[in-house]
Amino acid sequence: MQTLIYISYLTFLISRPMALRGAVTRLLSNSKKCAAVTVSRAQGTAAAASRDVEEIKIPAKAPKVSFNWRDALELEGQLTEEEIMIRDSFRDYCQEKLMPRILMANRNEHFHREIVSEMGELGVLGPTIKGYGCAGTSYVAYGLIAREVERVDSGYRSVMSVQSSLVMHPINAYGTDAQKEKYLPRLASGEILGCFGLTEPNHGSDPSGMETKAKYNPSSGTFSISGAKTWITNSPVADIAVVWAKCEDGRVRGFILERGMKGFATPKIEGKFSLRASATGMILMDEVEVPQENLLPNVSGLAGPFGCLNNARYGIAWGALGAAEFCFHAARQYTLDRIQFGVPLARNQLMQKKMADMLTEITIGLQSCLALGRLIDEKKAAPEMISMLKRNSCGKSLDIARQARDMLGGNGIADEYHIIRHVMNLEAVNTYEGTHDIHALILGRAITGLQSFTVGK
Amino acid sequence: MSGRVLVGVKRVIDYAVKIRVKPDNSSVVTDGVKHSMNPFCEIAVEEAVKLKEKKLIKEVVAVSCGPQQAQETIRTALAMGADRGIHVEVTGKDYETLGPLQVSKIMAALAKKEDAQLVILGKQAIDDDCNQTGQMTAALLDWPQGTFASEVSFDGDKIKVVREIDGGLETIKIKTPAVVTADLRLNTPRYATLPNIMKAKKKKIANVKPADLGVDLTSRLEVVRVDEPPQRQAGVKVETVDDLVGKLKEAGTV
Repeated sequence: MQTLIYISYLTFLISRPMALRGAVTRLLSNSKKCAAVTVSRAQGTAAAASRDVEEIKIPAKAPKVSFNWRDALELEGQLTEEEIMIRDSFRDYCQEKLMPRILMANRNEHFHREIVSEMGELGVLGPTIKGYGCAGTSYVAYGLIAREVERVDSGYRSVMSVQSSLVMHPINAYGTDAQKEKYLPRLASGEILGCFGLTEPNHGSDPSGMETKAKYNPSSGTFSISGAKTWITNSPVADIAVVWAKCEDGRVRGFILERGMKGFATPKIEGKFSLRASATGMILMDEVEVPQENLLPNVSGLAGPFGCLNNARYGIAWGALGAAEFCFHAARQYTLDRIQFGVPLARNQLMQKKMADMLTEITIGLQSCLALGRLIDEKKAAPEMISMLKRNSCGKSLDIARQARDMLGGNGIADEYHIIRHVMNLEAVNTYEGTHDIHALILGRAITGLQSFTVGK
Repeated sequence: MSGRVLVGVKRVIDYAVKIRVKPDNSSVVTDGVKHSMNPFCEIAVEEAVKLKEKKLIKEVVAVSCGPQQAQETIRTALAMGADRGIHVEVTGKDYETLGPLQVSKIMAALAKKEDAQLVILGKQAIDDDCNQTGQMTAALLDWPQGTFASEVSFDGDKIKVVREIDGGLETIKIKTPAVVTADLRLNTPRYATLPNIMKAKKKKIANVKPADLGVDLTSRLEVVRVDEPPQRQAGVKVETVDDLVGKLKEAGTV
């Protein structure tokens, strides 16, 4: 009954002066909380209407909303209960089981292979895949998972991204049922670890020029693959490798190589000052005989690797913000605790400005990632959207980490305070899966219609 | 035996939150404060799920008493492996005065209704630290109780419980049906895995009112005042041992 009165009120009030519109919108928005609204009659003359309006009691004020710097745009309210439970459970694991290990793992460049099995047990590997022992959850949940693990370390998140998006995803999207049955359940549980071989020493940003070749031997029904891949996360300890090679028809195709195949070697890259908690190496292939059933048949050309990269880049867009959030919170706490010139550092305007900038970028970044995740779940996302957010999150997060390092002063360079580790890591995160500049070119091409990757037309 | 275990789970203020007293000293601030499952209740759920995995029991039913938000706590239990949940709706004034006596009456009624073989509860809640609900439930049901359990095992038709007591560890054997309360070292609760969180969505949570169980929620207790603990006073430095003894004698502690 009350709603009918409000609606009829609306119909004749809308023709009244602007001043009343505010009252109407407040009335309608507070319809549940409205105190008594006296209405003498539903319709009447203009004069009678203004009298009616004067009798309206001012509706009760909306409860005051306080600002929460930890979640400035209420991301929490935009997640489903399931996504919140997934995030909370995994956050507990990361803080209780991963955080204690990372200091030494990073300092001594040690990769804890066990974490892959632990994450497998929790079901966070390949979480968006349906079936084969995978959880089949939303892309938003995948993003939340990436954010929580990268809050601890980008190296750990790289391991998770490679396994989920660069090994499990291509097998799931481009592989045969036999391949999926053979590899996916064991990859999901973390029993086996995979790596993704696309980048070469001479071909980073331009994978189309790759030199790794796959020659088909009709007599044995196998492919002979030769070439070198570099900067491959997990390769030194990987059990399988999804390698992209150029076939004789000039098309790039994906092959599943297994450790133990003759001619397959994975030396570790030494002297790495980023992502030290994750093992990175090369894949050297000297006429490796790969059976035909290890070819990924359902894709050819660069669409294959790019499909995988886009999947991973989406996770990175969320993840990098997790690292930035850690740095922001850590810098905030440090500047509140540290007293110089008789006051906490946080009392200073320069510090507050830095934190305001951090808060803004992180909050806006997370909202954009959420919007993108929802679009991907609805199958309405274009690759350029992912490029845009990967670039934004990585660039802004690197900046935030550097600022936070600066705020910690001398202590900022000690790994005990963790921020310098994020600064180190985000250099690689900003570069891999498409450098900051390359994503700019992807967007530039989409904006102008003109490509500027190559020198030619 | 039905093979059914009832596990009580309570929604409490998260252990990491700094508690603040309301300005009118009536209670603590709970609005907008992070809540989670009582840690001892987590241990209770874990034990029940473990028993089910060992095929010693057939069904785990998670029970929580409280307002709408109590369902989140039940969902967490479902994600850890409980089969279904029962939400006993208690709101408003009734919820403010809800205490061990009322909850134990509810648990006893449900234990009878569900034909439970075992009731596992956390030994106490971290908000009120009462340590009473398990004991009261057992008394109302006239069932044996194994409280402060650090180890639970089935021994034929009996349950062997190792209890943590002041003097050390006490082992008792009790007949089923029984009530057990979980202590810290009983187990380490698992992290809810993604597949289980997703499965939890499909598990049922039944809605029940205390009146349906014939339980009267009237409290015999009245909270008069809630205060923060006294501020920590600065210590006093003394120069010699004699000064120290003198001060202790003054304070009447020697």
